Amino acid sequence: MLNSVWIIPALPALSFVLVLFFGKRLPKRGAEIAITAVAASFIASCWAAVEWIDRVNAAEHGASIGAFFGKSVMFSGEGGAAVEPVVNSVTWWQNGGIDFGVGTYVDGLTVMMMFVVTLISLLVHIYSTGYMHDDRRYTWYYAGLSLFTASMLTLVVSAGTLQMLVGWELVGLCSFMLIGFWWEERENSRAAIKAFLMTRTGDIGLMIGIIVLFFAVGSFDIAKTNAYALNGASHHDILLVASVCLLIGIMGKSGQFPLHTWLPDAMAGPTPVSALIHAATMVVAGVYLGARLYPVFYEGFSIFNGGINMMALVGGITILVGASLAFVQRDIKKVLAYSTISQLGYMILALGVGAWVAAVFHLFTHAIFKALLFLGAGSVSHGGTHHSFDMREMGGLRKKMPITFWTFIIGSLALAGIFPLAGFWSKDEILVNAGSNGFELFLVVGLAGAFLTAAYMTRCVYLTFFGEYRGHHHPHESERSITTPLVILAGLTIVAGLINAAPLGIEKFTEWVEPTTNFPDLVHAEFDAPLAIISVSIALFAIGVMSYFLFRREESSALKGLTQRNRLARTGYTLLERKYYIDYLYENIIVEGIREPIARAMYWVNQNVIDALVNLVGRSAVRVGRFAYENIDQKGIDRAINASAAEFGVAGGELQRIQSGSVQRYALYIFAAVGAISVALFVLSVA
Amino acid sequence: MELNQFLILSAFIFAVGVYGVLARRNGVLVLMSVELMLNAVNLNLIAFSAFNQNINGQIFALFIIAVAAAEVGVGLAIILLIYRNLRSPDLDQVEQLKG
Repeated sequence: MLNSVWIIPALPALSFVLVLFFGKRLPKRGAEIAITAVAASFIASCWAAVEWIDRVNAAEHGASIGAFFGKSVMFSGEGGAAVEPVVNSVTWWQNGGIDFGVGTYVDGLTVMMMFVVTLISLLVHIYSTGYMHDDRRYTWYYAGLSLFTASMLTLVVSAGTLQMLVGWELVGLCSFMLIGFWWEERENSRAAIKAFLMTRTGDIGLMIGIIVLFFAVGSFDIAKTNAYALNGASHHDILLVASVCLLIGIMGKSGQFPLHTWLPDAMAGPTPVSALIHAATMVVAGVYLGARLYPVFYEGFSIFNGGINMMALVGGITILVGASLAFVQRDIKKVLAYSTISQLGYMILALGVGAWVAAVFHLFTHAIFKALLFLGAGSVSHGGTHHSFDMREMGGLRKKMPITFWTFIIGSLALAGIFPLAGFWSKDEILVNAGSNGFELFLVVGLAGAFLTAAYMTRCVYLTFFGEYRGHHHPHESERSITTPLVILAGLTIVAGLINAAPLGIEKFTEWVEPTTNFPDLVHAEFDAPLAIISVSIALFAIGVMSYFLFRREESSALKGLTQRNRLARTGYTLLERKYYIDYLYENIIVEGIREPIARAMYWVNQNVIDALVNLVGRSAVRVGRFAYENIDQKGIDRAINASAAEFGVAGGELQRIQSGSVQRYALYIFAAVGAISVALFVLSVA
Repeated sequence: MELNQFLILSAFIFAVGVYGVLARRNGVLVLMSVELMLNAVNLNLIAFSAFNQNINGQIFALFIIAVAAAEVGVGLAIILLIYRNLRSPDLDQVEQLKG
């Protein structure tokens, strides 16, 4: 299976084509094909995962077993056996003696990503049968989901950076299609265009980074690129330039500050798509790129030095920006979107502080609980408020929608990092590594983020599920196709963290996923009980404080009208409400700033240069035309024609006389002519 | 018999035909004059055929007789229509094509 993982992206791609062409005629309108394909992909991914784990275990039990089975296993210098990734590639095209290959590069990271992507995608597919049931473009929706999954899987399995770029762009295209799925409303299509353009902005960085690396390494191959970055002979400056460029790409795709503003707007798409974008496809592509080409970043940003580097800084800022903006949102999906931004910040921060495993592990757990939260939000709007996501219309849904409520609570606690749910283990691992690798500043940022996360999720849960119902419908629990994925994801959220629970002595995730070849020697921090207790306490404290204010809102006058009374609070609220004016900066200052002068200049050029030119040409043409009309046409051609016509008139008048109409006169002419010809011939023959 | 005798006779008949075509006013007589001209030509052909021991001329004469019969059919039909329209076979009155 490890040698034929190409089948995993191929299945959804095939399903895309089939659904597109035959979907409408099928009894379930194409959903059955898409679900079957992604389920098959999921099974294949599980199979690949099992084989990979076998391979790792075989390598660990000594070289003898590995050699016995003839696998390419060997000991590395230190720290156990090295497990070679399984690489298969074919030449796509050749140019100038360089092979451009496509292929599959399978290691622990790939296997983990394939598992996550297909799992979330499968659940989203199932969920959508209920959620999207009455949509008019149902078939097209499933085609889009299939292509989205296929693109992400292509990106994940790719063996070269060029192939990765193809998958990356396809993912961007699919997210554009699905964010703007309900394009009838202008706002939605604008959100789709915004998402596409902002990620494209980052993609320029990615492309430049890939090109720089290509010229440095001489190949698009991932293994060679990583080996180049680590071999010591590489130029640090090149790696720095490449990693800055790649980081810009990551910022665009993974919603890092300051290119994060498309992500909340991407909520315009259907909720299952949001779940897919935020959990498994699209946004984690950036983090995956960072993890895949980690040696480049590690060397380029000199992460081993500690202190501050660009990657960690971007991640750290994003955590705080995302988490603080999540406070003022009224739309439940936007709260989750900002929380995704913040959590992606954690992943990038983790990569930036040298906590590779923690970053990838957080990606894994976050995918599960964020999909749960998004699908939960979808369920709330489906059953509770009839397609509204405004939390002002929710409230009191705890009793009406018990399954959604409890699963949402589990997801929220996991997000807040409460022991022993998935989020706790991964977030704690990030924090402890940040501390031990010499990034104390970012440890503090991470803890602050944990506080904010717990607080805004408390607000979100309170507004949605507690208090009085403020909507105008009759809330009821959603149907089975929607709650089943929620329950599955909630179960996974509880157990997923345990595969890398350091204090319990389980570090399977590290063992299975962390590459052992072409990878920097990262120090794995020991589990730090005081820190874990501190972070959980902070989160609990935040939940407690928020709950206190929320539940006693009626009695406590301290908060009521705070923004009216206190100038500082009002300023802060406005700042958050306006999203730190970043969209304002983009739309009004940068876009206007570019558009206005350029537009004006273009207008001037248009009026004074192009129009003048056109007018000149036009007037000259008129003048030439008039001259030609007067002199050539009238005086030359017309006169000649008139003259010849007059001549013919005269000749016709003369000839008219012989047209007597008398048959015998005509016969006479004929005989006369014959006689004349005969005489002429006679004379000629005699002479 | 001399060949010249036939040729002179033929030329005479032809001349009579030409005169008839040009001078007679009655359409039927004009048509008959056309027949005279055709037969003058036939006489010529047969005479040359007999004197040159070549059958081709006689075959050609037979064709001319057949074509002349058809031509007379068409010609008589035209004359008949002229007569019906103008109440006279007089060709001098047929002047509608005067330019």
